[in-house]
Amino acid sequence: MRPSVQEMIAQSKGKKNKKALEKIIPVILFLIASVSVLTSIGIVLTLIFETITFFTRVPFFDFITGTTWLPFSNNEAQFGIWPLIIGTLKVTMVAIIVAVPIGISAAIYLSEYASENVRRVIKPILEILAGVPTIVYGFFALTFVTPVLQAVFPEIKIFNAISPGIVVGIMIIPMIASLSEDAMSSVPKSIREGALAMGSTKFEVAWKITIPAALSGIVASIVLAVSRAIGETMIVSLAAGSTPRFDGDFTGSIQTMTAYIVQVSKGDAGYGTTIYYSIYAVGFTLFLFTMAMNILAGYVSKRFREEY
Amino acid sequence: MRYIEQQTVVKRMNGRLIANAIFKYIFLAATLLALLALVILLFRIVSQGAGNLSIDFLTNFASRFPDQAGIKAALIGSLWLMMVVAPTSIILGVGSAIYLEEYAKQNRITSFIRMNISNLAGVPSVVFGLLGLTIFVRAMALGNSILAAGFTMSLLILPVIIVASQEAIRAVPGELRDASYGMGATKWQTILKIILPAAIPGILTGSILALSRAIGETAPLIVIGVPVIIQFLPAGVMDTFTALPMQIYDWSSRPQQEFQAVAAAGIIVLMAVLLFMNSIAVIIRNKFDKRY
Repeated sequence: MRPSVQEMIAQSKGKKNKKALEKIIPVILFLIASVSVLTSIGIVLTLIFETITFFTRVPFFDFITGTTWLPFSNNEAQFGIWPLIIGTLKVTMVAIIVAVPIGISAAIYLSEYASENVRRVIKPILEILAGVPTIVYGFFALTFVTPVLQAVFPEIKIFNAISPGIVVGIMIIPMIASLSEDAMSSVPKSIREGALAMGSTKFEVAWKITIPAALSGIVASIVLAVSRAIGETMIVSLAAGSTPRFDGDFTGSIQTMTAYIVQVSKGDAGYGTTIYYSIYAVGFTLFLFTMAMNILAGYVSKRFREEY
Repeated sequence: MRYIEQQTVVKRMNGRLIANAIFKYIFLAATLLALLALVILLFRIVSQGAGNLSIDFLTNFASRFPDQAGIKAALIGSLWLMMVVAPTSIILGVGSAIYLEEYAKQNRITSFIRMNISNLAGVPSVVFGLLGLTIFVRAMALGNSILAAGFTMSLLILPVIIVASQEAIRAVPGELRDASYGMGATKWQTILKIILPAAIPGILTGSILALSRAIGETAPLIVIGVPVIIQFLPAGVMDTFTALPMQIYDWSSRPQQEFQAVAAAGIIVLMAVLLFMNSIAVIIRNKFDKRY
């Protein structure tokens, strides 16, 4: 005879190992979830410890104030971080100049003008743009954008800050467009319709209603995109060159923080040399820059959000 | 008293309408510009690389001579890498998501874990490379093996998989859960037999997209010291290897023109792999979309 439900429940309550399982599983899952925390701690500790070792050999003050980055010189190696920061900022600046107008225009078009069908076609294509590996973008910058730029402006060298800047810009367009579009789409329809009913044109609604209301989200998307541009590695490694410079020239070879890390990793800088530790100091600087940007983006989107 | 001066309104109307029309096309043009960039990129790569694409290209090892260079070691190496990354990152990612969605209490530790995950997603991939170099390559003495690279990549894509899995688990209707509890199932039984099966399409879609990011990542591999010229296939996870993006990077950075065509052919192979993975993700998403 089959046991009644009550008997089954009583039976299953009696099973010890099942109870144990119910207790053990949450613990195991908690340990798994803490892997991501351990990763962050690991990143920070790794960077801090190896950077401290670096600073026992190179004075901290020289590192943060120096304007000459000459790590491979045998007698007079100099580790002043500023040329690498300037290189990174040059590429980021070009990228932002390219990506912000296009990205935000695309976001306005998608949220204010495009029909549902058009949006359903364009959004996935933008997602493809976001999914292209950065090595492919780097190849594109080196073999297409640079030659095209050189044909128009002969003074541009084969390695420069403009070509990788433009391509990094193309890479971050989808990010700005999609995050800004999310912010604009979350502006309530009633406000838009109110403005339209008062006789506003669509452009006036976008310019005077949607953008101001979604501004926190738009700014946050730009800041996140800046963070991505700063951390971008392969495009600049392939197309920006490896000449750390402390000047305002965009047309010649430069070096970014990320490209320096790649350059050293590719070479044979042995474990324990000052050059080996220098990639951690540069990595730490890079980490601080991107972290500051990410925190700023979070702050902007929380602090200045318009609530409806 | 007049509230609207008709004259002024009429006078300004034309300008406003023109501005409206012009800006509509400016916004459209900007959107199309972004799409155009994608078209040019794909067209350039296909036209440069298609000539080099052949069976030999897929079955040859890397070579000093452009016409003999092949992608076999890199392609197989990337597959090996995925065999480490997929189980590691999916187990860690789904486990974390289950904990956060089903077990975690709303306290400081939980909100710290959440904040930490979103911050981790913003760390540049090259920094993950430095982590892998210190922890996996040196401290755990795994060398530049598939395992070291796989663990590094798993941590890199972990935030993406956690967030995607969390969303998939959250989308499971509460009635299913309640019904399961109502039938006397325990929490773990409910998770294992009700929630996970219902959430699996979403989890798989997110995971495949995350894995396709790992296949295209180059920077962490360079930092942990993955070599390029490899004339043999790995036999196990402790062997050294090379991967598709590493091989493409090496070919792209060579000065000879011929190698650029080889690099383009390599990119076509990489993009084909990505396209294949993304199509699977889309098929899964469409097949199981809105089941409830």
